[in-house]
Amino acid sequence: MNKDEHYQKLKNIVSLYLPEDVSADKITAESHLTNELNINSANLVDIVLDVEDAFDIMLENEDMDGMQTINDALLIIDKKLSDK
Amino acid sequence: MEYNSILDQLPYASPFLFVDTLHKVDENGVEGAFLFKEDAAFYDGHFKDYPVTPGVILTECCAQIGLVCLGIFLLNKDADEKGKIAMSSSEMEFYLPVFPNEKVVVVSKKIYFRFHKLKCEVKMYNSKNKMVCKGVLAGMLKPTLNE
Repeated sequence: MNKDEHYQKLKNIVSLYLPEDVSADKITAESHLTNELNINSANLVDIVLDVEDAFDIMLENEDMDGMQTINDALLIIDKKLSDK
Repeated sequence: MEYNSILDQLPYASPFLFVDTLHKVDENGVEGAFLFKEDAAFYDGHFKDYPVTPGVILTECCAQIGLVCLGIFLLNKDADEKGKIAMSSSEMEFYLPVFPNEKVVVVSKKIYFRFHKLKCEVKMYNSKNKMVCKGVLAGMLKPTLNE
């Protein structure tokens, strides 16, 4: 899986949890999950759990704290995959 | 008896406390009971001439027993933490009415508790052991809430 595929996969997961008033077009690599995309803390957990399943990785509390933007999440996913 | 400490930590009081007793609690789930007394104020208006326990109240009862009591147990177990809880989602289906003076039992099974989010499958039964409602409830449990 290359970086583009990771991004697309993550974008698809995040799209599921966007509030009604935020369209999937607004997602960019720089998007801040909670501040810009308005994802609440409960849905952020759903995203993290879906990411674990989709990429077959385990995430810890500190990984979640580090996932502020889409890019942050991609970096953490890459790191977890390369550590496997 | 040990469950009294969980009941003591509940952040509710009458008229919005919907837990009487806990029968069992472990890290995978909880079972508890509540008696809907006929003098509850909502029976005056739901419905005008025909008192039935409102679905939102049944949901709240399921949440207080199934989510909050279990959440308190899990927080205490992990770190002796005292937490705040906020319901984040509920999806319920209702099958039978609950009338004044009915006692219900709520059985809750943990789906997951990760990153401070507790998600449970809850079922409520009446005194004839028929299922009244069931659903999936989730809440965020944190020592302090950011919002």
